[in-house]
Amino acid sequence: MRVRIWGCRGSLAAPGADTVRYGGNTSCVEVRLASGHSLVLDAGTGMRPLGVLMQDDLPVELHILLTHLHLDHLQGLGFFRPLFGAGLDIRIWGPTSPVQHLGERIARYLSPPLFPVHLDDVPSNISFHDAPETAVTIGSATIRAAKVTHQGPTVGYRIEEDGRVLVYLPDHEPSLGNDLSVVPADWMSGYELARGADVLLHDAQYRDHEYGAHVGWGHSSITDTMEFANKAGVERVILFHHDPYHNDDDLEELLKDARAKWPGIPERVQLACEGMTMILDRSGVETLA
Amino acid sequence: MSNTSGPVAAPKSLPLILAREFASNLATPMFLIDANGILVFYNDAAAILLGKPFAEVGEIPAGEFGAVLELATPDGAAVKRRDSPAGVAFFEGRPAHATVMATAYDGMRRMYEATAYPLYGATGEMHGVISVFWEGAVVESGG
Repeated sequence: MRVRIWGCRGSLAAPGADTVRYGGNTSCVEVRLASGHSLVLDAGTGMRPLGVLMQDDLPVELHILLTHLHLDHLQGLGFFRPLFGAGLDIRIWGPTSPVQHLGERIARYLSPPLFPVHLDDVPSNISFHDAPETAVTIGSATIRAAKVTHQGPTVGYRIEEDGRVLVYLPDHEPSLGNDLSVVPADWMSGYELARGADVLLHDAQYRDHEYGAHVGWGHSSITDTMEFANKAGVERVILFHHDPYHNDDDLEELLKDARAKWPGIPERVQLACEGMTMILDRSGVETLA
Repeated sequence: MSNTSGPVAAPKSLPLILAREFASNLATPMFLIDANGILVFYNDAAAILLGKPFAEVGEIPAGEFGAVLELATPDGAAVKRRDSPAGVAFFEGRPAHATVMATAYDGMRRMYEATAYPLYGATGEMHGVISVFWEGAVVESGG
């Protein structure tokens, strides 16, 4: 699979001179499978430039996998050009709710007065699906979701293809109410998805001294991110969901903290940045940019 | 940074994980049974009443746990597993409450008020049972 990051900022888009190295667009990751199917992980503002490129190179099938419906993961959907392609089939997956259908929940944003067009009126054929908590096959990949600790119904995704595993947990607070250094791995939120992953994209919103004022907000301190990744036995950690108040220099300090806490090869801990591209295949994991 | 080596039990669902953390932070005795009928946790408050910390008991089938407790009604009639509050919650999928006598790991036999309810997920799937209990009178001392 070929993985490209189009947005890795958390909470709110943060464009500007201070964020050019890692980018200001919110969560959006494109996964192109060997079978030609395309998965888009979350619909943050990074989805706009992805859509510009994708409209001229449409995949065999297009699946949008939403972790949850906070605006920083949804705001790009209305600006995703393939959505306005007549007759194109788009399948949107997202967390289940006991009270409201996924399409109805998304339409609360994608409808007037918050958005000029109602979701029902776009020309593409959109279908809505519950995030698959038992594995489903899409093209050449197997996809599985599980609920994780965040604010409101939220899932993460595990994508397996050709013996390689990509795990996406952009918004996650696994230490809420416990101490990750002592809790057994099987009792960690997200462990079921992340264990043994080749690449883990994980929430790394706060430096340790910032976390105390944000307990319960649904995000991780860098210590918790690295503890989680280590206990899950992942090979490579991509720090994701950058705080909108962190500039590029702040992020590089965060990376130093993260690598100091990682018992493995330091270079296998990286900051997510817009344009970062990875190839996961039988030969291993290669980062292209 | 903790070690990743060694065997790890089956991953737990988020509702169970949150229930465990909830129980861990309370002084109210609680235990958890998963959707497979395994006792997967009881908190420190429950350990005081049950006479043994959970770490020493480990994950065991709820039926085995029930056999240890020797549940009975206040007048001494044995309570079948399916008729205990946790049994009703697990097998019938509804909340239940009862006054029961039980024997702890330390041999003490006590009266308890016990309430159990099933944990259902967003799509109605069952994740297990949470049982809350309170101590009544010590009835007798065993062995």
